[in-house]
Amino acid sequence: MANKFRTSRRKVLSMGAAAAAAISISMVTMGAVADEETFKIGILTDMTGTFSDLGGPGTGVAAQIAIDEVGGSVLGRKVELLIADHQHKANVGLALAREWIERRDLKAFVDVMNSGIAIGVNKLAGDYKRLAFYSAAATDKISESACNEYGIHWNTDTYAQTNAVASSMIEQGLDSWFFIVADYEFGHAMQASMDEAVKKAGGTVVGAVRHPLQTLDFSSYILQAQASGAKVVAIASGGQDTVNTIKQAQEFGVTQRGQKVVALLPYLSDIHAVGLDVMQGLRFIDPWYWGMDDQSKEFAQRFFDRFGKMPTSVQASVYSSTLQYLKAVEELQTDDPMTIRQYFLDNTLNDAFLRNGKLLPNGRMTHDVYLVEIKTPEESTGEWDYEKVIATVPADKAFRPLEASACPLR
Amino acid sequence: MNETKTNVQSNIPVLDRWNLEIIGIVLVVLFFLVAPFFIYPVFLMKAMSYAILGMSVNLLLGYVGLLSFGHAAFFGLSAYMFGHFAKEMDFGVALSMLIAVSGGTLLGVLFAMIAVRRIEFYFAMITLALAQLVYFFCVQAEFTGGDDGLQGIPRGEILGFSLLENSHLYGFVLLMFLFCLLFVFRIINSPFGEMLKAIRENPERVTSLGCSPRTYKFIAFVLSAFLASIGGALKALVFQIAALPDVHWLMSGDGVLMALVGGIGTLIGPIVGALFIVWAQDGLAEIGMSVVVMQGLLFMATVLLFRKGIVGELGRLKKYFR
Repeated sequence: MANKFRTSRRKVLSMGAAAAAAISISMVTMGAVADEETFKIGILTDMTGTFSDLGGPGTGVAAQIAIDEVGGSVLGRKVELLIADHQHKANVGLALAREWIERRDLKAFVDVMNSGIAIGVNKLAGDYKRLAFYSAAATDKISESACNEYGIHWNTDTYAQTNAVASSMIEQGLDSWFFIVADYEFGHAMQASMDEAVKKAGGTVVGAVRHPLQTLDFSSYILQAQASGAKVVAIASGGQDTVNTIKQAQEFGVTQRGQKVVALLPYLSDIHAVGLDVMQGLRFIDPWYWGMDDQSKEFAQRFFDRFGKMPTSVQASVYSSTLQYLKAVEELQTDDPMTIRQYFLDNTLNDAFLRNGKLLPNGRMTHDVYLVEIKTPEESTGEWDYEKVIATVPADKAFRPLEASACPLR
Repeated sequence: MNETKTNVQSNIPVLDRWNLEIIGIVLVVLFFLVAPFFIYPVFLMKAMSYAILGMSVNLLLGYVGLLSFGHAAFFGLSAYMFGHFAKEMDFGVALSMLIAVSGGTLLGVLFAMIAVRRIEFYFAMITLALAQLVYFFCVQAEFTGGDDGLQGIPRGEILGFSLLENSHLYGFVLLMFLFCLLFVFRIINSPFGEMLKAIRENPERVTSLGCSPRTYKFIAFVLSAFLASIGGALKALVFQIAALPDVHWLMSGDGVLMALVGGIGTLIGPIVGALFIVWAQDGLAEIGMSVVVMQGLLFMATVLLFRKGIVGELGRLKKYFR
């Protein structure tokens, strides 16, 4: 009996080994064939974690829509989209980025999520002379101290997100602030921008607390916020972290005791997750809202048909950067990064996401953004109908002016 | 010591095992010399630095019978220290590595002083607890950069060779890796190594012979921490980043898994295990399947189907080739 068992185990083992060998051989040969032919663009994102709803698989869908829109190929080569899950580990993300460039000849990154990883990728992109477009990362450093000629920040940043909001809230008398901050690059940048904006508008910052990314229990942070006595508790995180903070603040009765809880960068997916009854009335800067006009609605519908959800501003921005990049490649008949950059510098771009899109030399893509208010449950006509546009902030007012930029590129 | 003395676990005579290990080393060297022409070198360098971690875990688990869940602390702290001294202090690769490895080893001394007082389950828990202390220190400390990690560690140069060149870097990592491999080979084939195995099999007997198992365990633990620190510093050099996952307990788990999959108590098992695990991690990140789930399945398959690991099972087949 024992002998028989042993033989079968060996068989299983050898079969397993053979299968593994076959898989690895086929993967190697597949890789080799694919590498010669296709024109590769890549997305590094979070496929399963805290930000997967606002970016994640949906950004892949958005980029694919853009690829299909240019006919699936540029310069006579099929466009291939690489998309990988960096799990918010800078280790994993930067290793993947390096491998894509060195081994697979990636032409451009069309999105990198997580501000910390984005800054690392931006350095890598500069070293290897590849264009990199950022939509999900919101740190303003990409076009400030960490800028280079290859990184282009397509979507909103922490500066654009804070300036108008802080002054409008302080005018309403909400002048003392407490921050709950995600402890990584985005959170730090947001806190710095907010600090600056609040003080500029005459408010005071009474305190701040930092939590690790992907925290589940916010109770101690919320208690500190309550103890601070600030009129506004501002949340500088994103995705699931923001959702959890708001929900738990609700359970602790923060709002009922007279403090206002605001998310500094809520996405459509966050509002969807938390619900209008909690989020109603919140004003914030949204770089794009799917229902803002016919052109955006048309894209949103195409996205919805494929994905079953309405696009967030990040996903729309990835669509836009992919589309504009591929169109530029095809129109200029080159993949030379500097030629394409010059083209973006010289032209004003418009599409479903970009309105009056103009690239600044520091890598900041300026475009109109919007002051929006979240609808009340009564105002909303159905699922996904969450925001109303109060005012348009024009492209040249929305972002940090070039004169004030810390980036040496002019 | 005569030549027919047998190893208790594998029942292979010492001289035979010795020969097998020599063959193993030669095969490993040949593989890593030829492979960069076919396989992405950064992948191989990652595998080598992970393999060093696997070897260090294996030294304890396979030869002393101590399951440590704290090796990420040495690996990660060394990576951070290397990054800090190379980047912020501009100390150069060689000096930074020396400081980093010393730091990791010293931490090993601290761990060992507390942990080797206990055995088995308690030993594993104490190492885990101590490693978690180090992890949360790194979460809070300023110089680690929080979730962003310590990025942009310069590769610099060593002995006049610029490590910016991938081939030079590969050569350097390979040399360090071989040093570690031979280091482990030397330890386990020394009288000291024989004592370690004796402690694994029967600590009371060792005590009755007039030796103190605790002293031997202490030294083995420190040597193991020394190896793990080398792995961490190399990893930071290759990827130019040290980050929280390096100190996280999952990294300790990876070390154990590499030893287990490759074959605990075999010299080259952890290397095969590391290649396998790194291949799985890299391959799966792009497919979008959960890496952790797949590692769990692999762990179960190893425990249920081939408990001696890949190399251990291959070693068993050897008798058919006589």
